[in-house]
Amino acid sequence: MAEIQFDHVTKRYGDGFEAVKDMNLEIADGEFLILVGPSGCGKSTALRMVAGLEDITDGELRIGGEVVNEKAPKDRDIAMVFQSYALYPHMTVRENMAFPLKLAGVDKGEADRRVTEAAKVLDLEQHLDRKPANLSGGQRQRVAMGRAIVRDPKAFLMDEPLSNLDAKLRVQMRAEVSRLQTSLGTTTVYVTHDQTEAMTLGDRVAVMRAGILQQVDTPKVLYERPANLFVAGFIGSPSMNFFTGHVEGDRLRLPFGDVPLADHHRKALEQEGLRGDIIVGMRPEHFEDAALIGDQESQGVTFDAPIEVTESMGSEIYAYFSYEGGEVASEELQELAADAGAADLPSSGGSQAVARLNPESDVCHGQTTRLWVDASRMHLFHPQDGHALRADGDGAPAAPSGRFAREHEREAQEREPEERPAM
Amino acid sequence: MQHTGKEKAWWAGANTLVIAFAIIPVLWILSLSLKDRSTLGDGSVIPKKWSLDNYQEIFKADEFVNAFVNSIIVALVTTAIAIVIGSMAAYALARLEFPGKRLMLGASLAIAMFPLISLVGPIFDVWRRVGLFDTRPGLIIPYLAFSLPLAIYTLSAFFREIPWDLEQAAQVDGATPMQAFRKVIIPLAAPGVFTSAILVFIFSWQEFLLAISLTSTDNARTVPAALAFFTGESQFTQPTGSIAAAAVVVTVPIVIMVLIFQRRIVAGLTAGAVKG
Ligand SMILES: Nc1ncnc2c1ncn2[C@@H]1O[C@H](COP(=O)(O)OP(=O)(O)OP(=O)(O)O)[C@@H](O)[C@H]1O
Ligand SMILES: [Mg+2]
Repeated sequence: MAEIQFDHVTKRYGDGFEAVKDMNLEIADGEFLILVGPSGCGKSTALRMVAGLEDITDGELRIGGEVVNEKAPKDRDIAMVFQSYALYPHMTVRENMAFPLKLAGVDKGEADRRVTEAAKVLDLEQHLDRKPANLSGGQRQRVAMGRAIVRDPKAFLMDEPLSNLDAKLRVQMRAEVSRLQTSLGTTTVYVTHDQTEAMTLGDRVAVMRAGILQQVDTPKVLYERPANLFVAGFIGSPSMNFFTGHVEGDRLRLPFGDVPLADHHRKALEQEGLRGDIIVGMRPEHFEDAALIGDQESQGVTFDAPIEVTESMGSEIYAYFSYEGGEVASEELQELAADAGAADLPSSGGSQAVARLNPESDVCHGQTTRLWVDASRMHLFHPQDGHALRADGDGAPAAPSGRFAREHEREAQEREPEERPAM
Repeated sequence: MQHTGKEKAWWAGANTLVIAFAIIPVLWILSLSLKDRSTLGDGSVIPKKWSLDNYQEIFKADEFVNAFVNSIIVALVTTAIAIVIGSMAAYALARLEFPGKRLMLGASLAIAMFPLISLVGPIFDVWRRVGLFDTRPGLIIPYLAFSLPLAIYTLSAFFREIPWDLEQAAQVDGATPMQAFRKVIIPLAAPGVFTSAILVFIFSWQEFLLAISLTSTDNARTVPAALAFFTGESQFTQPTGSIAAAAVVVTVPIVIMVLIFQRRIVAGLTAGAVKG
């Protein structure tokens, strides 16, 4: 077990492409860190540099305090689970799992004991003498895990280990991975582009985009205090809605109406010295059917929304509505979005937004419904570089009281001052 | 896929034709080798008078036995060296990026295509001078020159098929590059290794031009060359029977090689390595 440190690590591939740019990250001993980001953002590259499968162009990588830049993979004492599992097809499950032990010169009896133990943990005992080709996807995945855990390495590296499994098995294996990591307490770096895995598995989540680390924090903080437009749009499903807003005095003009600026918002804008156009982000759950909000109306604004599509999930309803106004501004937003990376996001700068409504709501597609949005909880972003506008120490909007507390039980917590985003 | 009866009959017919075409000469030689000398020219496929005289005769003659030993040594040594060196070279070509890689592949292919006949003269002269003429190494060296490119080519095609991940997994598991090569790559490339081995073995086993030009005595003469020196019992008898018997005998090792390795030359050995 050991901590892993990226110290200004850069990776430039042979063709000049910079896959990882000046990465600084400290992964504590025993921590479960999730590395997440859109396809091609350099997650695997970062992981493979830790494993020693990719040379480090610049900077230092330390494992357990020791610089490992020049160390061969075999000398790093690290176990990796590949997305493809990379099981040795000519060996049985037992031989696959014993392979690292054999290479390490562990004597046969001890190796047997450890393999049997790992097989018990992973429920593979009855498959030990079969070849990988004859196993199911989930079983292969477990063999790959088994090969990693028999050795008690300094750290586990996992590159999208569950992405080849079907949805149900994935949920099951996710729990398994989580259980294993907790019981072994081994430092783990886990690459995924699955939201759910990112939000549920790790202690901390590192969000990457285009080779640049955007924000590293607990899932909760990422969700509530995204450092920039990209993180805001990337974390959360359905993703945050973005609008162009125009600041006029202490009011904010949105495509569907004017809202009063809450104190913390005004303070943040003042600190940045911003006037005029800004980008506003609103999570789907900050909308509600106006008929169901009771006495909270004053915190936000109500407006008529033409509902285009509804998706009823039973416990909630997603209502997609279109909005008008600010077409010019929307073009601007798109440009910015492309700039700030929001172009990688599914819904940016469009003229459709999604609201998550209480299932009691009687919204119906094709009709216009009166919606309410909680303005105190909106996120503001800088129109040029997309960083979050926040009055330091002020914290994210506190959870509202009342009937919505259920959804918003994540509370703002005391935290270190936020650094400016690295964009 | 479903085949109609008519389709099946058609395929069966075509297959029989092709097999017959290939096997009739072999059967003919076999029948000749088993005929008694008096019925040699009777033209019947099934010998009227069976005899093993021809076989006894060739094994009595030192000429054939020596040639047989030479052939086995030359072919086996060539195969072993070509496979060991060839697999390393093929691995480098398949996996590593280095300047001049294309050129190397191209050059090795060009060498394999080089007409033997144009090299016989120069090699003959050089070998006479350096003392390799009529020795086994004198045959093994040029055979290697021609079979290595062949081995490199087939092997690198197989190596390219092996998922990179496997090798990297081995390295992360604690293997040195050499251990990863020996314990993961080679076993997985086994079908390729055996295929190349058979090709190289057959090439050196049946090579005639160099064998007859670069040897002059039993010292190094291999079977294909020795056959040409067979004489009858007297100068008036044709050595047809013994040549046929020798031809059958030299076919046997090849058949055995192929039968042994055939089972190992199965594709799909890599199935299950990665999720397909
Ligand atoms: N060998 C290489 N040579 C040049 N560029 C490469 C090489 N390998 C990867 N890249 C580039 O580096 C970038 C990051 O690749 P990487 O595999 O780390 O992405 P990723 O975040 O793991 O994506 P995914 O989620 O699709 O696996 C990509 O844009 C890719 O094109
Ligand atoms: Mg990847």
